[in-house]
Amino acid sequence: MLRMASSFPEEVLEHVFSFIQSDADRNSISMVCKSWYEIERWCRRRIFVGNCYAVSPRMVIRRFPDVRSIELKGKPHFADFNLVPEGWGGYVDPWISAMAMAYPWLEEIRLKRMVVTDESLELIAKSFKNFKALVLSSCEGFSTDGLAAIAANCRNLRELDLRESDVDDLSGHWLSHFPDTYTSLVSLDISCLGSEMSFTALERLVGRCPNLRSLRLNRTVPIEKLANLLRQAPQLVELGTGAYSAELRPEVFSNLAGALSGCKELKSLSGFWEAVPAYLPAVYSICPGLTSLNLSYAAIQSPHLIKLLSHCPKLQRLWVLDYIEDVGLEALAASCKDLRELRVFPSDPFVAEPNVSLTEQGLVSVSGGCPKLHSVLYFCRQMSNAALTTIARNRPNFTCFRLCIIEPRTPDYLTLGPLDAGFGAIVEHCKDLRRLSVSGLLTDRAFEYIGTYAKKLEMLSLAFAGDSDLGLHHVLSGCENLRKLEIRDCPFGDKALLANAAKLETMRSLWMSSCMVSYGACKLLGQKMPRLNVEVIDERGPPDTRPESCPVEKLYIYRSVAGPRFDMPGFVWTMDEDSSALRLS
Amino acid sequence: MSPPLLGGEEEGHSSLVASSPTIDCISQNGSGLKEWNYLGLSDCSSVDSSAVSSLSEENKNNLNFKATELRLGLPGSQSPEREPELSLLGSSKLDEKQLFPLLPSKDGICSSSQKNVVLGNKRGFSDTMDGFSEVKTSVYGEGNWRYTAGSDPDSPQSVAQGKINMMLPSRASATQPAIMKEVPAKGLQERSRATNGVNHNHVGASNNSPPAAKTQVVGWPPIRSFRKNSLATTSKNNEEVDGKPSPGALFIKVSMDGAPYLRKVDLRTYATYQELSSALEKMFSCFTIGQCGSHGAPGKEKMSESKLRDLLHGSEYVLTYEDKDGDWMLVGDVPWEMFIDSCKKLKIMKGSDAIGLGSKSNDWVPGRGNCFHRKLEN
Repeated sequence: MLRMASSFPEEVLEHVFSFIQSDADRNSISMVCKSWYEIERWCRRRIFVGNCYAVSPRMVIRRFPDVRSIELKGKPHFADFNLVPEGWGGYVDPWISAMAMAYPWLEEIRLKRMVVTDESLELIAKSFKNFKALVLSSCEGFSTDGLAAIAANCRNLRELDLRESDVDDLSGHWLSHFPDTYTSLVSLDISCLGSEMSFTALERLVGRCPNLRSLRLNRTVPIEKLANLLRQAPQLVELGTGAYSAELRPEVFSNLAGALSGCKELKSLSGFWEAVPAYLPAVYSICPGLTSLNLSYAAIQSPHLIKLLSHCPKLQRLWVLDYIEDVGLEALAASCKDLRELRVFPSDPFVAEPNVSLTEQGLVSVSGGCPKLHSVLYFCRQMSNAALTTIARNRPNFTCFRLCIIEPRTPDYLTLGPLDAGFGAIVEHCKDLRRLSVSGLLTDRAFEYIGTYAKKLEMLSLAFAGDSDLGLHHVLSGCENLRKLEIRDCPFGDKALLANAAKLETMRSLWMSSCMVSYGACKLLGQKMPRLNVEVIDERGPPDTRPESCPVEKLYIYRSVAGPRFDMPGFVWTMDEDSSALRLS
Repeated sequence: MSPPLLGGEEEGHSSLVASSPTIDCISQNGSGLKEWNYLGLSDCSSVDSSAVSSLSEENKNNLNFKATELRLGLPGSQSPEREPELSLLGSSKLDEKQLFPLLPSKDGICSSSQKNVVLGNKRGFSDTMDGFSEVKTSVYGEGNWRYTAGSDPDSPQSVAQGKINMMLPSRASATQPAIMKEVPAKGLQERSRATNGVNHNHVGASNNSPPAAKTQVVGWPPIRSFRKNSLATTSKNNEEVDGKPSPGALFIKVSMDGAPYLRKVDLRTYATYQELSSALEKMFSCFTIGQCGSHGAPGKEKMSESKLRDLLHGSEYVLTYEDKDGDWMLVGDVPWEMFIDSCKKLKIMKGSDAIGLGSKSNDWVPGRGNCFHRKLEN
């Protein structure tokens, strides 16, 4: 049998493959023939595991023996909103232990929503001689002691990014563990830490790392000290300030303004904790080059925001609080024609009455004025079908549309009807929509639209919506590219789920909480679908102490080739093939 | 785009009988909800029609599980032309006929009557919907399935009758309430607890007086903890906040000596130490009887609350907290508001470990060791 592959030396193929970075393409390559599979697996350097329980460390290592960079995600997205009880899982330790032995040349570890321990951090620090990048996004379970181990031992560390992690912050002293000989820092994000750290140590660190491009401080770094840091690192491209407030003192202001103006490469600003308007103008000098601005922790009112934004014609990404109001968003639409991504967060989400004048109009303005806008996260208190339709017509290039109307089940404020037609317009016009979050009053019809039109949709988030299983059925049967579906407080039960069980194997995961899926259905699904892990999460106690028709509190279903996991806490049960769901693991 | 649904629907639901969002693609009979042919397969085979009539006469108990014999998610099931043999896994592993046989169940749901495997998911649905139409009118008439206010706050397990879970088949409506009792949706549970101190939002009945703060639905609006905590800190610093109730949830980690993992509680859902204490008892009861950590063997008795309370109030365990200064104190000495303000972490310690724990009380309490702000030696 003549095989073309054998006419090419492996090295040539490997070289060709090295230009292919995308996982999807790499996966395709590996399926061409056995020898390509072999060659490819030996030279794949970067692995992405979207669900750490979908595969086991051993399986990954067995197939890909020489990996340099790994990205793992653990808990489901709704864990961000406290819907996943503590102790559910997502432990990275088994991965680190396995990789410590198998991948001595590992350079990068990126984790999201995983539980990390100090022991693991210490193991990382000791095991990987060429370790370069540690990104812990929304992780927890470790302390600054673990960080000290990383700082002390990773001579080649370039990136240390703790974004939004929950760190047991024992003291700021860990930063001093970077030895004086250490100079390779490129990116540091410690914005989530609470403790004060030795400013001198920080300053010296920044000063001796000439390649530092991205520095995100925590709120304990006072504004008066910011200028000193900036003068040590004028090559910064991304800056996250510390606390951005102080009594207005002219010398502090001019010092800061001067230091900022020296940072000619600065493209991204964030931080601005407790920002006061008086110090905002200090950044004006770098605004013309700014592409990304995160003011979402700054309680600054719209007039100041408008002024600031008028200086930023190249802005591509803006995160801001709803203090910007409709008038501010109108100004944004006028000044920032290059805007790609907008997120508007609520300043006071827990009161029923609006505290600011931000309505659907703001979003309409931006969608009309910013031709490149494709990603939106918008919290507001009122919406109408008319506005959504206008937005959809204005901006058919949306890829990510997340609308959160703060009060659940809020109807169209003009017609008092459901917002089905509005979201229908969104999915109909925005043919490239990949991510959608809906809110407000929605009937099954909205899901009919989604199932009919949202063919490229990959992630969908639903809450307090729909009338019946029909809604869920529309989504599961219609959205061909759906990978992640997360649902809370919707009247969806067994039927749609069971009728679309096959679909679940084509998806990464499904989360359903406070819905109406019965324990019996979960068991059935677990029995019939061996390649799915059907996890019932119920803090009321073992589900078999209640009738089978009783709905489970929470349900997490994900495809896996690793089989059921064994690290579950007492309130999680995997529905297994041999129907005894409570079999001891 | 089709015109909007009937206006004037009550918030929170649309009565299926009235508005039936999929009316466009279902054949509509005169009497409201029938034939949910939403898959577009209009040619129900003759086999089905007989099944239909027999089914509609059957005990409605079947209907829920009837759907389970639906054929699992056949990829081809949506268009009538596709082959029915596309089994869900594309393999011969599963015999279609046996897919999802109806579960025998103690509720008397029969398991054998529907053997005809028709590629018609709609079949099950139409029957189900038939059965539902009665349920739905009554349920929807009552109001929002979730925001029911009828629940007794003290027993989160019992839920307003008949209000939720209308997707379950209508056992005779009389029995429905009984079943509903078993089914507290988590959101409801939260709300029941939350009614202790806080308003329902305007949809449900409001129990208590307190002002603007809405019922804290867990995880809603969807804002990450990091941001929520920052919001809370910012607003505390903001003068305008004075007089307004504190926003947001306050999630505190609770650990227990000997427990394999910790829990998080939202202190703002409680108004008194007693509520906190009961909630913690419930949450950690499984640990004290050794049930959690691995899966308890089925059939193990749950420890009664009173036994656990004795355990907790006896010298076995005490509740302690770490305050802003990093000191470990006994819970219960300071006014509740002051406590939530300063509490950073909670810990359920063995009584013996807590001897000498700091107490903010000015009184000298015999037997506690006269410790005023004494730090706990860890």
